[in-house]
Amino acid sequence: MLSAAVRPPAVRWFPVWQRNFLVWKKLALPSILGNLADPLIYMLGLGYGLGAMLPEINGRSYVAFLAAGTVCASTMNAATFEALYSAFSRMHVQKTWDAILNTPLGLADVVAGELFWAATKSLFSGAAILVVVAALGLASGPLALWVLPAIVLTGLAFAALGLIWNALAPSYDFFMYYFTLFITPMTLISGVFFPTDQLPGWLATVGGWLPLAQGVALVRPLLAGQVPADALIHIMALLATAGVAFVIALRLTRRRLLK
Amino acid sequence: MAALSAAGLRKTYGGTEVVAGLSFAVEAGRCFGLLGPNGAGKTTTLRLCLGLTAPDGGTVTLNGHAIPAAAQQARARVGVVPQFDNLDPDFTCAENLLVFGRYFGLADADVRQRIPQLLDFAGLGSKADARIATLSGGMKRRLTLARALVNDPDLVFLDEPTTGLDPQARHLIWERLKQLKSAGKTLILTTHFMDEAERLCDTLIVIDHGRKIAEGSPRELIAAHIEPQVVEVYDEAGGDLPAFVAAHRDLAGRVETSGETAFFYCGEPRPLLARLAEAPGLRYVHRASNLEDVFIKLTGRELRD
Repeated sequence: MLSAAVRPPAVRWFPVWQRNFLVWKKLALPSILGNLADPLIYMLGLGYGLGAMLPEINGRSYVAFLAAGTVCASTMNAATFEALYSAFSRMHVQKTWDAILNTPLGLADVVAGELFWAATKSLFSGAAILVVVAALGLASGPLALWVLPAIVLTGLAFAALGLIWNALAPSYDFFMYYFTLFITPMTLISGVFFPTDQLPGWLATVGGWLPLAQGVALVRPLLAGQVPADALIHIMALLATAGVAFVIALRLTRRRLLK
Repeated sequence: MAALSAAGLRKTYGGTEVVAGLSFAVEAGRCFGLLGPNGAGKTTTLRLCLGLTAPDGGTVTLNGHAIPAAAQQARARVGVVPQFDNLDPDFTCAENLLVFGRYFGLADADVRQRIPQLLDFAGLGSKADARIATLSGGMKRRLTLARALVNDPDLVFLDEPTTGLDPQARHLIWERLKQLKSAGKTLILTTHFMDEAERLCDTLIVIDHGRKIAEGSPRELIAAHIEPQVVEVYDEAGGDLPAFVAAHRDLAGRVETSGETAFFYCGEPRPLLARLAEAPGLRYVHRASNLEDVFIKLTGRELRD
Protein backbone atom coordinates (compact mmCIF):
# COMPACT_ATOMS: atom_id res chain seq x y z
CA MET A 1 0.00 0.00 0.00
CA LEU A 2 1.46 3.30 -1.05
CA SER A 3 1.29 6.14 1.38
CA ALA A 4 0.61 9.37 -0.39
CA ALA A 5 1.92 12.29 1.61
CA VAL A 6 -0.73 14.95 1.96
CA ARG A 7 1.05 18.18 1.23
CA PRO A 8 -0.04 21.46 2.73
CA PRO A 9 -1.80 23.63 0.12
CA ALA A 10 1.01 26.22 0.16
CA VAL A 11 3.43 23.89 -1.65
CA ARG A 12 1.03 21.77 -3.68
CA TRP A 13 2.02 23.71 -6.79
CA PHE A 14 5.57 22.42 -6.46
CA PRO A 15 5.21 19.18 -8.48
CA VAL A 16 3.81 21.23 -11.37
CA TRP A 17 6.84 23.52 -11.23
CA GLN A 18 9.06 20.43 -10.96
CA ARG A 19 7.50 18.93 -14.09
CA ASN A 20 8.29 22.02 -16.12
CA PHE A 21 11.77 22.23 -14.66
CA LEU A 22 12.46 18.62 -15.68
CA VAL A 23 11.43 19.37 -19.27
CA TRP A 24 13.56 22.52 -19.31
CA LYS A 25 16.59 20.69 -17.88
CA LYS A 26 16.70 18.50 -20.97
CA LEU A 27 17.27 21.54 -23.15
CA ALA A 28 18.77 23.93 -20.63
CA LEU A 29 21.86 25.13 -22.47
CA PRO A 30 20.28 25.82 -25.87
CA SER A 31 17.35 27.41 -24.04
CA ILE A 32 19.55 29.82 -22.08
CA LEU A 33 21.72 30.68 -25.07
CA GLY A 34 18.68 31.17 -27.29
CA ASN A 35 17.05 33.48 -24.78
CA LEU A 36 20.27 35.38 -24.26
CA ALA A 37 21.28 36.00 -27.85
CA ASP A 38 18.51 38.33 -28.99
CA PRO A 39 18.53 40.83 -26.10
CA LEU A 40 22.32 40.84 -26.04
CA ILE A 41 22.57 41.65 -29.73
CA TYR A 42 20.23 44.59 -29.20
CA MET A 43 21.97 45.73 -26.07
CA LEU A 44 25.45 45.58 -27.56
CA GLY A 45 24.46 46.86 -30.99
CA LEU A 46 22.34 49.76 -29.80
CA GLY A 47 24.33 50.34 -26.61
CA TYR A 48 27.76 50.69 -28.20
CA GLY A 49 26.75 51.60 -31.77
CA LEU A 50 23.97 54.09 -31.15
CA GLY A 51 25.37 54.93 -27.70
CA ALA A 52 28.62 56.25 -29.23
CA MET A 53 26.62 59.13 -30.71
CA LEU A 54 24.62 59.85 -27.55
CA PRO A 55 25.45 61.95 -24.49
CA GLU A 56 25.71 60.38 -21.04
CA ILE A 57 22.48 59.91 -19.13
CA ASN A 58 22.66 60.88 -15.46
CA GLY A 59 26.42 60.59 -15.61
CA ARG A 60 26.45 57.05 -17.07
CA SER A 61 27.05 55.78 -20.58
CA TYR A 62 24.09 54.94 -22.83
CA VAL A 63 25.05 51.26 -22.86
CA ALA A 64 24.87 51.20 -19.03
CA PHE A 65 21.45 52.87 -19.23
CA LEU A 66 20.30 50.34 -21.79
CA ALA A 67 21.73 47.41 -19.78
CA ALA A 68 19.21 48.01 -16.97
CA GLY A 69 16.38 48.24 -19.49
CA THR A 70 17.53 45.07 -21.21
CA VAL A 71 17.58 43.09 -17.96
CA CYS A 72 13.96 44.11 -17.30
CA ALA A 73 12.74 43.67 -20.87
CA SER A 74 14.24 40.18 -21.14
CA THR A 75 12.76 39.25 -17.80
CA MET A 76 9.38 40.44 -19.02
CA ASN A 77 9.72 38.65 -22.35
CA ALA A 78 10.83 35.36 -20.80
CA ALA A 79 7.95 35.34 -18.30
CA THR A 80 5.45 36.40 -20.95
CA PHE A 81 6.56 33.84 -23.50
CA GLU A 82 6.36 31.05 -20.93
CA ALA A 83 2.95 32.11 -19.62
CA LEU A 84 1.54 32.47 -23.13
CA TYR A 85 2.98 30.01 -25.64
CA SER A 86 4.40 27.35 -23.34
CA ALA A 87 1.54 27.35 -20.85
CA PHE A 88 -0.96 27.30 -23.72
CA SER A 89 0.78 24.25 -25.20
CA ARG A 90 0.47 22.46 -21.88
CA MET A 91 -3.10 23.60 -21.24
CA HIS A 92 -4.67 23.40 -24.68
CA VAL A 93 -2.52 21.31 -27.00
CA GLN A 94 -0.86 18.61 -24.88
CA LYS A 95 -3.66 18.61 -22.28
CA THR A 96 -1.05 18.28 -19.56
CA TRP A 97 -3.23 20.35 -17.22
CA ASP A 98 -6.18 18.00 -17.78
CA ALA A 99 -3.98 15.06 -16.78
CA ILE A 100 -2.88 16.85 -13.61
CA LEU A 101 -6.45 17.79 -12.72
CA ASN A 102 -7.30 14.09 -12.49
CA THR A 103 -4.90 13.83 -9.54
CA PRO A 104 -5.39 15.35 -6.07
CA LEU A 105 -4.03 18.65 -7.37
CA GLY A 106 -6.50 21.42 -8.13
CA LEU A 107 -6.53 24.16 -10.73
CA ALA A 108 -5.08 26.68 -8.26
CA ASP A 109 -2.06 24.39 -7.83
CA VAL A 110 -1.63 24.07 -11.59
CA VAL A 111 -1.89 27.80 -12.30
CA ALA A 112 0.35 28.66 -9.34
CA GLY A 113 2.89 26.10 -10.54
CA GLU A 114 2.84 27.73 -13.97
CA LEU A 115 3.15 31.21 -12.40
CA PHE A 116 6.21 30.27 -10.37
CA TRP A 117 7.70 28.37 -13.28
CA ALA A 118 7.35 31.32 -15.66
CA ALA A 119 8.91 33.56 -13.00
CA THR A 120 11.75 31.04 -12.68
CA LYS A 121 12.32 31.07 -16.44
CA SER A 122 12.43 34.86 -16.33
CA LEU A 123 14.96 34.67 -13.50
CA PHE A 124 17.19 32.44 -15.64
CA SER A 125 16.89 34.90 -18.48
CA GLY A 126 17.35 38.08 -16.43
CA ALA A 127 20.21 36.59 -14.43
CA ALA A 128 22.02 35.49 -17.61
CA ILE A 129 21.84 39.06 -18.92
CA LEU A 130 22.98 40.33 -15.54
CA VAL A 131 26.07 38.13 -15.69
CA VAL A 132 26.99 39.55 -19.10
CA VAL A 133 26.28 43.09 -17.91
CA ALA A 134 28.56 42.56 -14.91
CA ALA A 135 31.27 41.01 -17.10
CA LEU A 136 31.17 44.13 -19.30
CA GLY A 137 31.75 46.23 -16.20
CA LEU A 138 28.28 47.84 -16.43
CA ALA A 139 27.25 46.90 -12.90
CA SER A 140 28.82 48.75 -10.03
CA GLY A 141 29.14 47.12 -6.66
CA PRO A 142 27.39 44.44 -4.62
CA LEU A 143 24.05 46.28 -4.67
CA ALA A 144 23.68 44.84 -8.16
CA LEU A 145 22.94 41.46 -6.56
CA TRP A 146 19.62 42.94 -5.40
CA VAL A 147 18.69 42.98 -9.07
CA LEU A 148 17.95 39.25 -8.73
CA PRO A 149 14.93 39.65 -6.41
CA ALA A 150 13.78 42.59 -8.56
CA ILE A 151 13.89 40.24 -11.56
CA VAL A 152 11.78 37.68 -9.67
CA LEU A 153 9.16 40.31 -8.81
CA THR A 154 9.03 41.58 -12.37
CA GLY A 155 8.83 38.00 -13.64
CA LEU A 156 5.96 37.16 -11.28
CA ALA A 157 3.98 40.21 -12.40
CA PHE A 158 4.37 39.41 -16.11
CA ALA A 159 3.80 35.70 -15.60
CA ALA A 160 0.47 36.44 -13.90
CA LEU A 161 -0.54 38.96 -16.57
CA GLY A 162 0.36 36.47 -19.30
CA LEU A 163 -1.73 33.75 -17.65
CA ILE A 164 -4.80 36.01 -17.92
CA TRP A 165 -4.32 36.25 -21.67
CA ASN A 166 -3.60 32.52 -21.83
CA ALA A 167 -6.93 31.78 -20.17
CA LEU A 168 -8.72 33.80 -22.86
CA ALA A 169 -6.78 32.56 -25.89
CA PRO A 170 -8.58 30.53 -28.57
CA SER A 171 -5.28 29.84 -30.39
CA TYR A 172 -1.61 30.80 -30.57
CA ASP A 173 -2.43 33.61 -33.03
CA PHE A 174 -4.22 35.45 -30.25
CA PHE A 175 -0.90 36.08 -28.47
CA MET A 176 0.33 38.40 -31.20
CA TYR A 177 -2.21 40.97 -29.99
CA TYR A 178 -0.80 40.81 -26.49
CA PHE A 179 2.59 41.78 -27.86
CA THR A 180 1.47 44.43 -30.32
CA LEU A 181 -1.13 46.03 -28.03
CA PHE A 182 0.60 45.70 -24.66
CA ILE A 183 4.17 44.46 -24.51
CA THR A 184 5.75 46.43 -27.37
CA PRO A 185 4.19 49.85 -26.58
CA MET A 186 4.96 49.32 -22.91
CA THR A 187 8.59 48.58 -23.70
CA LEU A 188 8.82 51.93 -25.50
CA ILE A 189 7.25 54.03 -22.74
CA SER A 190 8.76 52.38 -19.67
CA GLY A 191 12.27 53.79 -19.92
CA VAL A 192 13.93 50.71 -21.40
CA PHE A 193 15.55 52.40 -24.42
CA PHE A 194 15.41 56.08 -23.44
CA PRO A 195 14.51 58.17 -20.37
CA THR A 196 10.77 58.73 -20.09
CA ASP A 197 11.24 62.51 -19.76
CA GLN A 198 11.62 62.44 -23.55
CA LEU A 199 7.90 61.53 -23.75
CA PRO A 200 4.91 63.87 -23.61
CA GLY A 201 4.03 64.35 -19.96
CA TRP A 202 0.81 62.35 -19.99
CA LEU A 203 2.45 59.41 -21.78
CA ALA A 204 5.33 59.38 -19.31
CA THR A 205 2.79 59.30 -16.49
CA VAL A 206 0.94 56.36 -18.04
CA GLY A 207 4.24 54.59 -18.62
CA GLY A 208 5.29 55.16 -15.03
CA TRP A 209 2.30 53.17 -13.82
CA LEU A 210 3.05 50.11 -15.93
CA PRO A 211 4.72 47.10 -14.33
CA LEU A 212 7.76 47.19 -16.63
CA ALA A 213 8.54 50.74 -15.42
CA GLN A 214 8.31 49.50 -11.82
CA GLY A 215 10.95 46.91 -12.58
CA VAL A 216 13.16 49.42 -14.40
CA ALA A 217 12.86 51.84 -11.47
CA LEU A 218 14.31 49.15 -9.20
CA VAL A 219 16.95 47.66 -11.50
CA ARG A 220 18.54 50.79 -12.98
CA PRO A 221 19.66 52.39 -9.70
CA LEU A 222 20.77 49.03 -8.32
CA LEU A 223 23.04 48.47 -11.34
CA ALA A 224 24.45 51.97 -10.81
CA GLY A 225 25.22 51.12 -7.19
CA GLN A 226 22.39 53.19 -5.70
CA VAL A 227 19.43 52.31 -3.52
CA PRO A 228 16.27 52.88 -5.61
CA ALA A 229 14.07 55.78 -4.60
CA ASP A 230 10.57 54.69 -3.51
CA ALA A 231 11.73 51.06 -3.61
CA LEU A 232 8.87 49.92 -1.39
CA ILE A 233 6.26 51.45 -3.68
CA HIS A 234 7.70 49.68 -6.72
CA ILE A 235 7.96 46.39 -4.87
CA MET A 236 4.38 46.67 -3.65
CA ALA A 237 3.18 47.62 -7.13
CA LEU A 238 4.80 44.54 -8.66
CA LEU A 239 3.50 42.27 -5.91
CA ALA A 240 0.01 43.71 -6.22
CA THR A 241 0.08 43.27 -10.01
CA ALA A 242 1.16 39.65 -9.59
CA GLY A 243 -1.45 38.95 -6.91
CA VAL A 244 -4.43 40.57 -8.61
CA ALA A 245 -3.53 39.21 -12.04
CA PHE A 246 -3.13 35.70 -10.60
CA VAL A 247 -6.59 35.80 -9.05
CA ILE A 248 -8.11 36.97 -12.33
CA ALA A 249 -6.14 34.40 -14.33
CA LEU A 250 -7.27 31.60 -12.01
CA ARG A 251 -10.89 32.67 -12.23
CA LEU A 252 -10.80 32.85 -16.03
CA THR A 253 -8.99 29.52 -16.32
CA ARG A 254 -11.55 27.91 -14.02
CA ARG A 255 -14.31 29.21 -16.28
CA ARG A 256 -12.48 27.78 -19.28
CA LEU A 257 -11.54 24.31 -17.98
CA LEU A 258 -13.89 23.44 -15.15
CA LYS A 259 -17.22 24.80 -16.37
CA MET B 1 -20.79 1.15 1.24
CA ALA B 2 -20.75 2.03 -2.44
CA ALA B 3 -17.39 3.04 -3.87
CA LEU B 4 -19.15 5.58 -6.05
CA SER B 5 -22.71 6.79 -5.92
CA ALA B 6 -24.66 9.54 -7.61
CA ALA B 7 -28.14 10.73 -6.77
CA GLY B 8 -30.29 13.05 -8.84
CA LEU B 9 -27.28 14.39 -10.72
CA ARG B 10 -28.00 17.32 -13.05
CA LYS B 11 -25.84 19.48 -15.29
CA THR B 12 -26.99 22.05 -17.84
CA TYR B 13 -24.84 23.62 -20.55
CA GLY B 14 -26.23 26.50 -22.58
CA GLY B 15 -29.85 25.66 -21.78
CA THR B 16 -29.46 21.95 -22.60
CA GLU B 17 -29.69 19.50 -19.75
CA VAL B 18 -26.74 17.21 -20.50
CA VAL B 19 -27.15 15.17 -17.33
CA ALA B 20 -30.80 15.08 -16.31
CA GLY B 21 -31.34 13.51 -12.92
CA LEU B 22 -28.96 10.56 -13.02
CA SER B 23 -28.70 8.14 -10.08
CA PHE B 24 -26.54 5.04 -9.72
CA ALA B 25 -24.35 3.25 -7.22
CA VAL B 26 -21.23 1.16 -7.79
CA GLU B 27 -20.21 -1.51 -5.31
CA ALA B 28 -16.51 -1.74 -4.47
CA GLY B 29 -14.60 -4.32 -6.49
CA ARG B 30 -17.06 -4.38 -9.38
CA CYS B 31 -16.77 -3.21 -12.96
CA PHE B 32 -19.48 -0.70 -13.74
CA GLY B 33 -20.28 0.31 -17.30
CA LEU B 34 -21.59 3.69 -18.37
CA LEU B 35 -22.97 3.23 -21.87
CA GLY B 36 -24.70 5.57 -24.23
CA PRO B 37 -24.51 7.03 -27.73
CA ASN B 38 -22.32 10.05 -28.52
CA GLY B 39 -23.56 13.08 -26.66
CA ALA B 40 -25.53 11.03 -24.13
CA GLY B 41 -23.71 12.68 -21.23
CA LYS B 42 -21.12 10.02 -20.37
CA THR B 43 -18.04 12.23 -20.22
CA THR B 44 -19.90 14.96 -18.33
CA THR B 45 -21.02 12.32 -15.83
CA LEU B 46 -17.41 11.21 -15.34
CA ARG B 47 -16.32 14.83 -14.87
CA LEU B 48 -19.05 15.32 -12.28
CA CYS B 49 -17.94 12.16 -10.45
CA LEU B 50 -14.32 13.38 -10.35
CA GLY B 51 -15.31 16.84 -9.15
CA LEU B 52 -13.99 18.54 -12.29
CA THR B 53 -17.23 20.38 -12.74
CA ALA B 54 -19.90 21.31 -10.21
CA PRO B 55 -23.38 19.79 -10.64
CA ASP B 56 -26.43 22.03 -10.95
CA GLY B 57 -28.24 19.53 -8.75
CA GLY B 58 -27.78 16.21 -7.00
CA THR B 59 -24.95 14.63 -5.06
CA VAL B 60 -21.93 12.41 -5.71
CA THR B 61 -19.99 10.38 -3.17
CA LEU B 62 -16.63 8.97 -4.24
CA ASN B 63 -14.58 6.76 -1.90
CA GLY B 64 -16.64 8.12 0.98
CA HIS B 65 -15.96 11.76 0.10
CA ALA B 66 -18.60 14.26 -0.94
CA ILE B 67 -17.91 15.56 -4.47
CA PRO B 68 -17.01 18.24 -5.45
CA ALA B 69 -16.39 19.60 -1.91
CA ALA B 70 -13.76 16.95 -1.05
CA ALA B 71 -12.84 15.96 -4.60
CA GLN B 72 -9.12 16.48 -4.11
CA GLN B 73 -9.01 14.05 -1.16
CA ALA B 74 -11.16 11.57 -3.07
CA ARG B 75 -8.93 11.69 -6.14
CA ALA B 76 -5.91 10.64 -4.04
CA ARG B 77 -7.25 7.06 -4.22
CA VAL B 78 -8.50 7.23 -7.81
CA GLY B 79 -6.88 6.57 -11.19
CA VAL B 80 -8.11 7.99 -14.49
CA VAL B 81 -7.57 6.76 -18.04
CA PRO B 82 -8.90 9.70 -20.10
CA GLN B 83 -10.52 9.38 -23.48
CA PHE B 84 -7.66 11.19 -25.22
CA ASP B 85 -4.06 10.45 -24.37
CA ASN B 86 -2.39 13.25 -22.48
CA LEU B 87 0.94 11.65 -21.74
CA ASP B 88 3.84 14.03 -21.42
CA PRO B 89 5.55 14.01 -24.84
CA ASP B 90 8.75 15.50 -23.44
CA PHE B 91 9.35 12.57 -21.11
CA THR B 92 10.26 8.91 -21.37
CA CYS B 93 7.81 6.24 -20.17
CA ALA B 94 9.53 5.99 -16.78
CA GLU B 95 9.62 9.78 -16.37
CA ASN B 96 5.91 10.00 -17.14
CA LEU B 97 5.22 7.68 -14.22
CA LEU B 98 7.67 9.40 -11.88
CA VAL B 99 6.32 12.88 -12.56
CA PHE B 100 2.72 11.69 -12.25
CA GLY B 101 3.49 10.09 -8.88
CA ARG B 102 4.63 13.48 -7.61
CA TYR B 103 1.19 14.95 -8.27
CA PHE B 104 -0.08 12.44 -5.69
CA GLY B 105 2.56 13.51 -3.19
CA LEU B 106 4.38 10.17 -3.55
CA ALA B 107 8.07 10.03 -2.74
CA ASP B 108 10.30 9.58 -5.80
CA ALA B 109 11.93 6.53 -4.21
CA ASP B 110 8.54 4.81 -3.79
CA VAL B 111 7.52 5.51 -7.37
CA ARG B 112 10.91 4.50 -8.79
CA GLN B 113 10.51 1.17 -7.03
CA ARG B 114 7.08 0.66 -8.60
CA ILE B 115 8.01 1.73 -12.14
CA PRO B 116 9.36 -1.66 -13.38
CA GLN B 117 6.26 -3.42 -12.06
CA LEU B 118 3.92 -0.85 -13.62
CA LEU B 119 5.70 -1.01 -16.97
CA ASP B 120 5.63 -4.83 -16.91
CA PHE B 121 1.91 -4.74 -16.21
CA ALA B 122 1.50 -2.53 -19.27
CA GLY B 123 3.69 -4.82 -21.38
CA LEU B 124 6.25 -2.01 -21.65
CA GLY B 125 9.00 -3.59 -19.56
CA SER B 126 11.64 -2.80 -22.18
CA LYS B 127 10.40 0.71 -22.88
CA ALA B 128 11.34 2.50 -19.65
CA ASP B 129 13.61 4.95 -21.47
CA ALA B 130 11.61 5.19 -24.70
CA ARG B 131 10.17 8.56 -25.64
CA ILE B 132 6.43 8.86 -26.04
CA ALA B 133 6.67 9.77 -29.73
CA THR B 134 8.20 6.37 -30.48
CA LEU B 135 5.27 4.42 -28.96
CA SER B 136 2.38 2.95 -30.96
CA GLY B 137 -1.20 3.90 -30.13
CA GLY B 138 -1.68 0.70 -28.16
CA MET B 139 1.52 1.27 -26.19
CA LYS B 140 0.44 4.81 -25.32
CA ARG B 141 -2.90 3.51 -24.10
CA ARG B 142 -1.18 0.91 -21.94
CA LEU B 143 1.20 3.51 -20.53
CA THR B 144 -1.79 5.70 -19.72
CA LEU B 145 -3.28 2.73 -17.86
CA ALA B 146 -0.01 2.20 -15.98
CA ARG B 147 0.06 5.92 -15.15
CA ALA B 148 -3.47 5.69 -13.74
CA LEU B 149 -2.20 2.99 -11.36
CA VAL B 150 0.82 4.89 -10.09
CA ASN B 151 -0.92 5.73 -6.80
CA ASP B 152 -2.28 2.16 -6.38
CA PRO B 153 -5.87 3.47 -6.59
CA ASP B 154 -8.97 1.77 -5.19
CA LEU B 155 -11.04 2.91 -8.12
CA VAL B 156 -10.14 3.48 -11.77
CA PHE B 157 -12.14 5.53 -14.27
CA LEU B 158 -11.67 4.41 -17.87
CA ASP B 159 -13.13 6.67 -20.54
CA GLU B 160 -13.23 4.64 -23.77
CA PRO B 161 -9.97 2.85 -23.00
CA THR B 162 -9.78 0.82 -26.23
CA THR B 163 -11.07 3.26 -28.84
CA GLY B 164 -8.73 3.29 -31.84
CA LEU B 165 -6.83 0.15 -30.86
CA ASP B 166 -6.29 -2.97 -32.93
CA PRO B 167 -7.81 -6.28 -31.71
CA GLN B 168 -4.56 -7.49 -30.15
CA ALA B 169 -4.17 -4.31 -28.15
CA ARG B 170 -7.83 -4.38 -27.08
CA HIS B 171 -7.54 -7.96 -25.84
CA LEU B 172 -4.45 -7.08 -23.85
CA ILE B 173 -6.22 -4.12 -22.21
CA TRP B 174 -9.21 -6.34 -21.39
CA GLU B 175 -6.90 -8.90 -19.82
CA ARG B 176 -5.31 -6.22 -17.67
CA LEU B 177 -8.65 -4.79 -16.61
CA LYS B 178 -9.78 -8.26 -15.52
CA GLN B 179 -6.58 -8.56 -13.49
CA LEU B 180 -7.31 -5.23 -11.82
CA LYS B 181 -10.78 -6.41 -10.94
CA SER B 182 -9.41 -9.62 -9.45
CA ALA B 183 -7.08 -7.46 -7.40
CA GLY B 184 -10.17 -5.86 -5.88
CA LYS B 185 -10.19 -2.57 -7.72
CA THR B 186 -13.42 -0.88 -8.71
CA LEU B 187 -13.62 -0.02 -12.41
CA ILE B 188 -15.85 2.60 -13.99
CA LEU B 189 -15.88 2.09 -17.74
CA THR B 190 -17.39 4.06 -20.58
CA THR B 191 -17.26 2.45 -23.98
CA HIS B 192 -18.90 2.32 -27.38
CA PHE B 193 -17.99 -1.33 -27.79
CA MET B 194 -20.82 -3.49 -26.56
CA ASP B 195 -18.69 -6.64 -26.67
CA GLU B 196 -16.25 -4.86 -24.36
CA ALA B 197 -19.01 -3.96 -21.91
CA GLU B 198 -20.43 -7.48 -22.11
CA ARG B 199 -17.05 -9.03 -21.32
CA LEU B 200 -15.99 -6.71 -18.53
CA CYS B 201 -18.98 -5.16 -16.77
CA ASP B 202 -20.74 -6.71 -13.80
CA THR B 203 -23.44 -4.09 -14.03
CA LEU B 204 -24.02 -1.25 -16.39
CA ILE B 205 -26.39 1.55 -17.09
CA VAL B 206 -27.40 2.82 -20.49
CA ILE B 207 -27.94 6.55 -20.62
CA ASP B 208 -29.37 8.74 -23.33
CA HIS B 209 -30.05 12.48 -23.27
CA GLY B 210 -28.61 12.51 -19.74
CA ARG B 211 -31.15 10.02 -18.41
CA LYS B 212 -30.78 6.43 -17.35
CA ILE B 213 -32.83 4.24 -19.66
CA ALA B 214 -31.71 0.77 -18.49
CA GLU B 215 -29.72 -0.80 -15.69
CA GLY B 216 -28.52 -4.29 -14.87
CA SER B 217 -25.94 -6.94 -15.69
CA PRO B 218 -25.36 -7.57 -19.41
CA ARG B 219 -27.30 -10.88 -19.15
CA GLU B 220 -30.17 -9.27 -17.29
CA LEU B 221 -30.43 -6.50 -19.85
CA ILE B 222 -30.46 -8.97 -22.73
CA ALA B 223 -33.09 -11.08 -21.01
CA ALA B 224 -35.24 -8.12 -20.08
CA HIS B 225 -35.16 -6.11 -23.28
CA ILE B 226 -34.81 -8.43 -26.20
CA GLU B 227 -35.73 -11.80 -27.71
CA PRO B 228 -32.94 -14.34 -27.11
CA GLN B 229 -32.19 -15.18 -30.77
CA VAL B 230 -31.43 -13.03 -33.78
CA VAL B 231 -31.51 -14.00 -37.43
CA GLU B 232 -29.87 -11.42 -39.69
CA VAL B 233 -30.99 -11.73 -43.30
CA TYR B 234 -29.02 -10.10 -46.14
CA ASP B 235 -30.22 -9.39 -49.62
CA GLU B 236 -27.67 -11.01 -51.85
CA ALA B 237 -27.67 -11.94 -55.54
CA GLY B 238 -31.12 -10.61 -56.31
CA GLY B 239 -33.23 -12.07 -53.52
CA ASP B 240 -36.38 -10.16 -52.63
CA LEU B 241 -35.79 -9.11 -49.03
CA PRO B 242 -38.81 -6.77 -48.66
CA ALA B 243 -41.13 -9.52 -49.89
CA PHE B 244 -39.56 -12.07 -47.56
CA VAL B 245 -39.90 -9.71 -44.58
CA ALA B 246 -43.51 -8.94 -45.42
CA ALA B 247 -44.36 -12.64 -45.74
CA HIS B 248 -42.59 -13.86 -42.59
CA ARG B 249 -42.89 -10.97 -40.17
CA ASP B 250 -45.08 -13.11 -37.89
CA LEU B 251 -42.30 -15.70 -37.39
CA ALA B 252 -40.36 -13.26 -35.23
CA GLY B 253 -41.24 -11.24 -32.17
CA ARG B 254 -39.86 -8.16 -33.82
CA VAL B 255 -38.30 -7.30 -37.19
CA GLU B 256 -36.09 -4.34 -37.99
CA THR B 257 -34.77 -3.43 -41.40
CA SER B 258 -31.63 -1.41 -41.84
CA GLY B 259 -30.43 -0.90 -45.42
CA GLU B 260 -29.95 -4.31 -47.06
CA THR B 261 -30.28 -6.22 -43.80
CA ALA B 262 -33.32 -7.40 -41.86
CA PHE B 263 -33.00 -8.36 -38.19
CA PHE B 264 -35.54 -10.95 -36.96
CA TYR B 265 -35.59 -11.06 -33.17
CA CYS B 266 -37.17 -14.37 -32.13
CA GLY B 267 -37.77 -16.71 -29.22
CA GLU B 268 -37.96 -19.77 -31.48
CA PRO B 269 -36.05 -19.28 -34.75
CA ARG B 270 -36.51 -22.74 -36.30
CA PRO B 271 -39.59 -22.02 -38.47
CA LEU B 272 -37.91 -18.91 -39.84
CA LEU B 273 -34.67 -20.77 -40.54
CA ALA B 274 -36.62 -23.45 -42.40
CA ARG B 275 -38.17 -20.79 -44.67
CA LEU B 276 -34.82 -19.12 -45.21
CA ALA B 277 -33.31 -22.38 -46.36
CA GLU B 278 -35.87 -22.33 -49.22
CA ALA B 279 -35.54 -18.63 -50.06
CA PRO B 280 -33.31 -17.98 -53.07
CA GLY B 281 -30.80 -15.11 -53.10
CA LEU B 282 -30.92 -14.46 -49.36
CA ARG B 283 -28.02 -15.09 -47.00
CA TYR B 284 -28.49 -15.24 -43.26
CA VAL B 285 -26.67 -15.48 -39.95
CA HIS B 286 -28.26 -16.95 -36.86
CA ARG B 287 -26.81 -15.90 -33.50
CA ALA B 288 -27.67 -15.30 -29.87
CA SER B 289 -28.77 -11.78 -29.16
CA ASN B 290 -26.22 -9.56 -27.44
CA LEU B 291 -25.81 -6.27 -25.69
CA GLU B 292 -25.46 -4.38 -28.96
CA ASP B 293 -28.98 -5.49 -29.94
CA VAL B 294 -30.24 -4.16 -26.61
CA PHE B 295 -28.34 -0.93 -27.03
CA ILE B 296 -29.73 -0.32 -30.50
CA LYS B 297 -33.23 -1.19 -29.41
CA LEU B 298 -32.99 1.28 -26.54
CA THR B 299 -31.24 4.13 -28.29
CA GLY B 300 -32.38 3.71 -31.90
CA ARG B 301 -30.48 3.25 -35.14
CA GLU B 302 -30.15 6.86 -36.23
CA LEU B 303 -26.69 8.44 -36.10
CA ARG B 304 -25.71 10.64 -33.19
CA ASP B 305 -22.98 13.08 -33.94
